[in-house]
Amino acid sequence: MKKTQLSLTVNGQTYTLAPIPGETLADLLRKRLHLTGTKIGCNEAECGACTVIMDGEPVLSCSTPAERADGKSITTIEGLAPAPLRLPPNSANLGGVPRRGEGGAEGGLHPLQEAFVTHGAVQCGFCIPGQIMTSYALLQKNPRPTSADIRHALKDTLCRCAGYPTIENSILAAAKALETGEPVAGPEVPPSAEQGQVIGRVQIRPDAVEKVTGAAIFTDDLTFENMLFSAVKRAGVPHAFVTKIDISKARALPGVVAVMTAADIPGEHLHGLVIFDWPVMVGVGERVRYVGDAIAIVAAETQEIAKEAVALIEVEFDLQPVISSAVQAREDGQPQIHAKGNLLKHIKVRKGDPEIGFAEADVVLEHTFHTPATDHLFMEPECSIAVPLADGRMEVYVGSQIPYQDRTQVSRALGWPEERVRIVGQLMGGGFGGKEDIAGQIHAALLANLTGRPVKLLFDRHESLIVHPKRHATQIKVKLGAKKDGTLTAAKTELYGDTGAYASLGEKVLTRATTHSAGPYKIPHVHADCYAMYTNNPPAGAFRGFGVLQSAFAFETMMDNLAETLGMDRVELRRKNALRVGDETSTGQVMRESAGLVECIDKVSGEMCQVSGLSRAELFKARPVPGAPHLVHAWGFASAFKNTGLGGGADDTSGAEVELYSDGSFQVRSAAAELGQGLVTIMQMVVAEELSVPSRQVSVLVMDTDLTPNGGPTTASRQTYVTGNASRLAARTLREAICATLAEKYDLAPDQIRFSAAGVQVNGQTLSMQQVYSEMKAAGKDPRVLYEYHAPETKPLGQGGDMHVAFSFASQAAEVEINTNTGEVRVLRVISANDVGRAINPLGLRGQVEGGVVMGVGHALLENFITKDGYVVTDRMSRYRIPSIMHMPEITAIVVEDPAKDGPYGAKGVGEIVLIPTPPAITNAIYNAVGVRFDYLPVDQEKLLWAMRENTRTA
Amino acid sequence: MNLWKEYLHPQTVQEAVEALASATPPVIPIAGGTDLMLDLQQGNHAPVHTLVDLTGIAELRALEIRGEKLFIGAGVPHNRIVESPLVQEHAQSLVEACGLIGGPQVRNSATLGGNVAHALPAADGMIGLLALEAEAEVAAPTGRRLQPLQELFLGPGKSSLKADEIIVGFTLPLRKPHQASAFNRVMRAQGIALPILNLAAWLERDGETIRAARISVGPAGPTPFRARQTEAFLAGKIFSPETILGAQESLLAEAKFRTSPARATAEYRRELVVVLLKNALSKAWDRAK
Repeated sequence: MKKTQLSLTVNGQTYTLAPIPGETLADLLRKRLHLTGTKIGCNEAECGACTVIMDGEPVLSCSTPAERADGKSITTIEGLAPAPLRLPPNSANLGGVPRRGEGGAEGGLHPLQEAFVTHGAVQCGFCIPGQIMTSYALLQKNPRPTSADIRHALKDTLCRCAGYPTIENSILAAAKALETGEPVAGPEVPPSAEQGQVIGRVQIRPDAVEKVTGAAIFTDDLTFENMLFSAVKRAGVPHAFVTKIDISKARALPGVVAVMTAADIPGEHLHGLVIFDWPVMVGVGERVRYVGDAIAIVAAETQEIAKEAVALIEVEFDLQPVISSAVQAREDGQPQIHAKGNLLKHIKVRKGDPEIGFAEADVVLEHTFHTPATDHLFMEPECSIAVPLADGRMEVYVGSQIPYQDRTQVSRALGWPEERVRIVGQLMGGGFGGKEDIAGQIHAALLANLTGRPVKLLFDRHESLIVHPKRHATQIKVKLGAKKDGTLTAAKTELYGDTGAYASLGEKVLTRATTHSAGPYKIPHVHADCYAMYTNNPPAGAFRGFGVLQSAFAFETMMDNLAETLGMDRVELRRKNALRVGDETSTGQVMRESAGLVECIDKVSGEMCQVSGLSRAELFKARPVPGAPHLVHAWGFASAFKNTGLGGGADDTSGAEVELYSDGSFQVRSAAAELGQGLVTIMQMVVAEELSVPSRQVSVLVMDTDLTPNGGPTTASRQTYVTGNASRLAARTLREAICATLAEKYDLAPDQIRFSAAGVQVNGQTLSMQQVYSEMKAAGKDPRVLYEYHAPETKPLGQGGDMHVAFSFASQAAEVEINTNTGEVRVLRVISANDVGRAINPLGLRGQVEGGVVMGVGHALLENFITKDGYVVTDRMSRYRIPSIMHMPEITAIVVEDPAKDGPYGAKGVGEIVLIPTPPAITNAIYNAVGVRFDYLPVDQEKLLWAMRENTRTA
Repeated sequence: MNLWKEYLHPQTVQEAVEALASATPPVIPIAGGTDLMLDLQQGNHAPVHTLVDLTGIAELRALEIRGEKLFIGAGVPHNRIVESPLVQEHAQSLVEACGLIGGPQVRNSATLGGNVAHALPAADGMIGLLALEAEAEVAAPTGRRLQPLQELFLGPGKSSLKADEIIVGFTLPLRKPHQASAFNRVMRAQGIALPILNLAAWLERDGETIRAARISVGPAGPTPFRARQTEAFLAGKIFSPETILGAQESLLAEAKFRTSPARATAEYRRELVVVLLKNALSKAWDRAK
């Protein structure tokens, strides 16, 4: 009955292996066979990323005992393509561009893989092996699936980039190709209104192929010789003083190589992004401020031993009263958890005098709203590997949104100059703002420094949920005044933001919440006050939408309230007050250009009428569903704006370097981060455009602090704008240098030199880029340009003038279905129009829009990061639900292009705006359907049912 | 800190129960493992030395008609149940219940036997099976016995199976003309993917009259609940809005709902149960034509 050997076939190859007690199939594949295409997203049978095919059926390899595979045939993502492409591990640093001679894998791709690539279903790529294997199993059984079949099959295979619509289309296209033998049909994505040679046209991600074959390497896929594994002892209590730490038992455990506490930190004890207030570890006598605070760190020969050692560390605490909300934190008599108190910042917006505006108003409304903390739930949990080098330096392999900030923070803790540390950025399985702060980088580096060996620190999903910063929970009071004709006269808002135990980017996030708290409207009198408060909850920091999601929910609900009170069409009310060129924002910035809100509003309302066949007057009324008396449908509407770039007087700078190689190819480099959003595609495209070469001739290298110039943080929807510009201007400068060199040699005016796809035309002859390289070298010119781009200067809040370089605008309409028997809500359809300035890559843009809408559905209906007295309740993926393909509405994406003068080709940011109007569009639709107004998120179906009953009683 | 130390692969039921009785303790059986593996990984299960894998036992994977009964092996994964023409013909409520659980990956592993072992009061498969008056075939080292399904449940997470016993399979009566069943449930958007409430109904129709009915509901008590008073009320009644109303009142009177923090209140479950009862009865009624 007991097996001494396991015999299994994996991707057609037979293996005979000794069983290892406790081993899962995922571990066998990843660790023993090095088939790292199979990913671990949750290790709790929730996400589907680890799906492989066992004897024809999809199974979750993370919860399948390896022994069960005995005698079975397994197919992993690596086995799908006949000749899978395997790039070297550092290919991540090339932005995944197959180097010449390494490409050509496309021909070997399975139609599913090809369709995922060409349709743009691949974004961060971490879930893609699971998506493809689940789809593959579906097609084996059902070669002609309907959309409903696909949704049923992919129900438990999650994608946080939420490329569900394109995933579905990819499967349909692959099924058709398999059936007919025809090539895989491409996606239907219209190009930009203004296209260049490359810009504005559909472009496939440079890393898409490796992400569909399983060749893409994420941090946890890397192994170094002699590598140790680490684990962190977390406080586990929300507020206390540490009175004793006993590491003796942990240290004595065989296989443990090092145990460190705060006393062993050679450098600075505090880290942080803006304010250094976050202890690397909390030492004896020091204050624990949240359950995720680190007390001690362990390095051991195996992951299991490291975890066992952590369990042996004994800590004693002097427990303190817990501050569990921002409002409580500001009350008198509460404990003060930081030396400067509980108030991180009081943020103020002052424009005019709201009392004057309220006096002029015919209607004044006031209401208070609440939004919860939410988790990014990127599919790839945090992982860092620190590798000490013989020359005394330290490399840290990590997927980070701010590599240069990681370098600063790691070197501070080590007590080293920054140059001794190199951050080698890896492919990131999603970030959404959640990979801006330090996770395990410092701890891994401290242990590597002490032991002299490489150290891997991988969070499991539980640790990820407890430790990393969340979206700020808020309480937002809005007072709004308007005249009978709908003209807004004044707004006053008061916000409380829970930034948790440490500042992270709390001040910046809540500043954005505050400055956007009166919506994308022209209002003469606006006062806003925000109290950014420390509490004993997990820290809150950056998360897609950056505070504006919260304030938009409050304000857009008020706009619907106001429209109803005034008896006015809700679209017209927004249109009437929409910021246009010449209008002034709440912070005193005059819109001089690129204010496409009215166009967004008009396009969405037009599309709503078109798809529903309803007149404007009928759109927002409740509609019974024929044959289903318990169901009601209605539309809802909302608008929003969101800044592009850091703004507020910050030096918003990015560097990019473009180099011509001897083989005639170009490389563009920046330490800006690729987290799945598609920056590498943008960089590749703008450089190809400027140098008139095909995009495949341009490779991209990102996120390496030794090899790439600082691109600044990947946040604030800024990278297309700043690094897009840096790349464009570096390429343009290189082009000018080439022209100058050739003009000199051939004695021509530089403007007589023409660039084309074939090469550079000089005097009727065409020089290839290899020849151009030789000419440059011969002339003693280095064919390489580093360009540091500085965005136009902005003003700090309170000084008036331009606080931001640009704003993106959006309107969305959502159609919901309410089950009046149960309170269940479904989002049927969302129309999303976004003014992005210019669509540089319409394919990537589509993915951002669809993914934003689905994440918005999540925030409206599902997502709620729950803490109780500082303890995390939603500490597993099974307790924190994100949208699956079953939650995907039918999405109509409308691109509005009102160009920004200083953006690259007119582009401005898009990553965040796409999600902001979705929650209020949905809750407004719920009100229109059943007359129940939600002033908190997420919508609770039981409370909705009770409210509907109450309405019936009082009607 | 390995999840287990020894892993055994019995090929017969006898080998399995002997292994459970004699292997190095603590010893437990593993079927699909969809719940057990998570409990082990997350430290929610007492440490285990030996796992006895039941998936290699052919008898546990049988799905066939045996005389007047349908036999569904305890180790048949949910996907096979959903796709089986036999189950589709004779146990519609079970097909509907099993089809709603998880995604295909989980359905490929999860088993009805595991549902019993986990003993939740609202496991979809158990509620779907309970209305069909299923019996379980239990194997012990001393021999086998047939036991009514409901007797296997003692409380949340507790089954009446002894440590050295396993379920071989479930038998249920074949569907006769004018008999049919249906299953439905309500989920909550947030939090753990367990139903707030699920309900299965079976009935036999005689023209416009309900000759007999069986109703199962979860969670409506510590174990899967059979609404026997409501079943008695329905027997012999004309199928009409008044009858459904009466059945709803009867069910509310006999079922005991409780409040689960952050999931659903007892009051909400009372609202839902009348909706689910009406839907399931109506669906089964139409099918029983």
